[in-house]
Amino acid sequence: MASDTLATFESSLAEYDVPVTRVGRAAVASQVNDVVEPPAVGVALEETFADDAFSLADTDVVVDPTPVELREARTGVTGARLGVADYGTVALEQTDRGSELVSLFVDTHVVVVRETDLVTEMETAIESLGDEIDESRGSAILATGPSATADMGALVRGAHGPKDVRAIVVTEDA
Amino acid sequence: MSRVDDIRDLMRTEGAAIAANTQGFNEGRYASVADLEDYEALKSEARAIKEDAIERLPELVDRLETSVVENGGTVYVAEDAADANEYIRSVVAERDASRVVKSKSMTSEELEVNEALEADGVDVLETDLGEWVLQLAEEAPSHIVAPAIHKSRESIADLFNELFDPEEPLETAEELTMFAREKLGERIVDSEVGITGANFLAAESGTMALVTSEGNARKTVAATDTHIAVAGVEKIVPSVADFQPFVELIGRSGTGQDITSYVSLLTPPVETPAVDFADDETPLSAFANDRDFHLVLVDNGRLAMREDDDLRETLYCIRCSACANSCANFQSVGGHAFGGETYSGGIATGWEAGIEGLDTAAEFNDLCTGCTRCVNACPVEIDIPWINTVVRDRINREGERPAEWLVDGLTPDAEADGAPLQKRFFGNFETVARLGSATAPVSNWLADTQTARWLMDRVLGVDPRRDLPQFQRETLVEWFANRASTVTDPVRRAVVYPDLYTNHVQVERGKAAVEVLEALGVDVVVPEVSSSGRAPFSQGMVATATDHAERVYEVLSPHIADGRDVVVIEPSDHAMFVSEYEKLVDESTFETLAKHSYEVMEYVYGLLESGADEGGLAAVDVEEIAYHAHCQQRTLGLEAHTVAVLERLGYDVVTSDVECCGMAGSFGYKSDYYELSMDVGDRLAAQLDAEGVSERPVVASGTSCLEQIDALLERKPRHPVELLAPKSGGATGSRPQ
Repeated sequence: MASDTLATFESSLAEYDVPVTRVGRAAVASQVNDVVEPPAVGVALEETFADDAFSLADTDVVVDPTPVELREARTGVTGARLGVADYGTVALEQTDRGSELVSLFVDTHVVVVRETDLVTEMETAIESLGDEIDESRGSAILATGPSATADMGALVRGAHGPKDVRAIVVTEDA
Repeated sequence: MSRVDDIRDLMRTEGAAIAANTQGFNEGRYASVADLEDYEALKSEARAIKEDAIERLPELVDRLETSVVENGGTVYVAEDAADANEYIRSVVAERDASRVVKSKSMTSEELEVNEALEADGVDVLETDLGEWVLQLAEEAPSHIVAPAIHKSRESIADLFNELFDPEEPLETAEELTMFAREKLGERIVDSEVGITGANFLAAESGTMALVTSEGNARKTVAATDTHIAVAGVEKIVPSVADFQPFVELIGRSGTGQDITSYVSLLTPPVETPAVDFADDETPLSAFANDRDFHLVLVDNGRLAMREDDDLRETLYCIRCSACANSCANFQSVGGHAFGGETYSGGIATGWEAGIEGLDTAAEFNDLCTGCTRCVNACPVEIDIPWINTVVRDRINREGERPAEWLVDGLTPDAEADGAPLQKRFFGNFETVARLGSATAPVSNWLADTQTARWLMDRVLGVDPRRDLPQFQRETLVEWFANRASTVTDPVRRAVVYPDLYTNHVQVERGKAAVEVLEALGVDVVVPEVSSSGRAPFSQGMVATATDHAERVYEVLSPHIADGRDVVVIEPSDHAMFVSEYEKLVDESTFETLAKHSYEVMEYVYGLLESGADEGGLAAVDVEEIAYHAHCQQRTLGLEAHTVAVLERLGYDVVTSDVECCGMAGSFGYKSDYYELSMDVGDRLAAQLDAEGVSERPVVASGTSCLEQIDALLERKPRHPVELLAPKSGGATGSRPQ
């Protein structure tokens, strides 16, 4: 079932031209390095996932950048704690580490999500986010593909937010 | 300018862009909702959440206020626009802000908060690209979701090139978007206050949902330290879990996107650090998230709408724009004609009547023809045509009474307070038709003289370019009374309802219906019955329509009690019986009639499915035909029956997929709307004249559609039942078993 969900997630994101790469837990950092276009900034993924294997310390990504570094960066790397396969949606966090800024004020957003955090349906996702928000009074962004507009006479990707999104799915094995 | 000039001008200047965009959204909607496993159930769920929330609104407002305060924010409940603006101005002044950035919010447009802040010397910047274009062009939105759809790419390029004089003139959508991204991006990071709307608010946690695609709402919140959210009180639902059906429906219903790029679920003040974007020393995480949040809940007429049994449904509206995109008239003129102070499209009548008043609603309410194509498109199942009808009725009653000498005799209606003369003329068309048939063909000759047409135009607003209906001397009821029934051992027994047009004008289709039913073994009667009330209903003459409904029931109910089905040829009358009467008569009357009424081809379908012998029906003459179903028939899901019957009998059927033919009863006859009606009709004509279709005979189910197609094409259209009718002197009277 899990691999079905991942395949659905990939095909949903393909509709937005978002490439998805699958990678084992041990190879997250090197995969991030392959995917980012420098200059790149990011948040501390080991904190998002409470797992040191996700650390970006050995990559070219500047973790916890200054605002000027953020504005000059091409790529921003953040994690997502939830993904919705049917829609190709990821739930982005709003943290005091500035995850929202890193995922938004860049041209390319690289999002890392664990295969085990993927659900099939939007209903499941919102129920679980709802429970979490009721409890924590936190926030989340359901993000699907790059930012887009049709206000200038044709569909253009990259309005105010990222023009490109790339997803890295961390699988259980491999 | 007069109404007719306004509309002509808009169709010329904005029509092409509006048509292309709204039709694109509408097609996208059909495709996107088809992907949902249970679209209908999701709509009902959304509807139920809204019904419950509006019912419990005072309690939810209190709960929300408690939650927001617990979270560290402030709630201000504003009675009206002035009250809301005063509060917003005080927050902006308190922050000592020089610039306010805004993401798209219809409610803020309702308040006209930009003007209020600008008067204080504050720089107000719209960040939604469409809204920014309009701010630069000093124009009003033409659509509630995509505000600048009336502007072509070329006109936006001209605007930017003139205002900003870039080194290389901008041309493509990509170039224009990147230019705007750059320009706005620089200013967003240098702003103190961000104003957003809120699509939904969860009372239990103080969470708001913002449905966007560009990312500007995210930036508006993240880049500023003071967030003001402006929302109508009706946006509150109990909890975040209740957002689910709306998240899945809103994008699909509006622009045909499965989901928009971003659905922000914010519980402000948010945790994101409030940074100084010019700082090159301090890491993001070292900035404090020292943020202020103000939620301005706006009443501005909404609580009164909640008490109004007919307008209340408007408060369920999630502003998706489906009712605009699915509306044939809107597709031609857009929101600059089909809209009020703030809102546009079908549901705007409810919003503008509730917020601004009847005068504002009256400016555009007539553009709703009651075709009902928005009804199935609405994700919260609002009966939008009914809201338009009720408001029209109220407008009629507020208006001037027409001169008695003109009205007496021709308008024996129940409108004590008087609708305008034109509405009463069309609303009482039954009387005109009776006189017309009684004195035909003289009545037809007289009505068609130049003098008569000039008078009709001047006094009644009947456009001289329209052919008038030709009344038949012998009505369907009279024809039937003079013949013997041919069925002795019937499989079923039925009343063929002699609707106004079939009885007086399109008598041939009535005869065909009788003959087809008899050929299939049905015992038929055609009694004298009142017209359904569709005509007065369309004019907003609800009391008169109710009177018709009661009289129809009086005649038909004994037949129904006697075991007869009611077979209706005219789809708009069938829709009265099975749908609109629910609003007019008591429940058991409505249910009796609704349960026993069938559209004629639906009935034929049922007979054939139950084993009736089709041998008595006419053989296929020309195999390849084109079919245009009636708008209300399609809303009721009855197009398929006609197509199935025709295909079963050996026809190859091509169907149109425009939402409406544009005639819509009296609408296309009115001088103010004739050109709009023809513009809408041209889209149907284009389909019927398309390659591979242009040689096919055309059949159509509705009276209006038949008249419109007759005006649009060289080919003379017929009702589909006429294809089935046994040829005279041939098989008539033959019957199964």
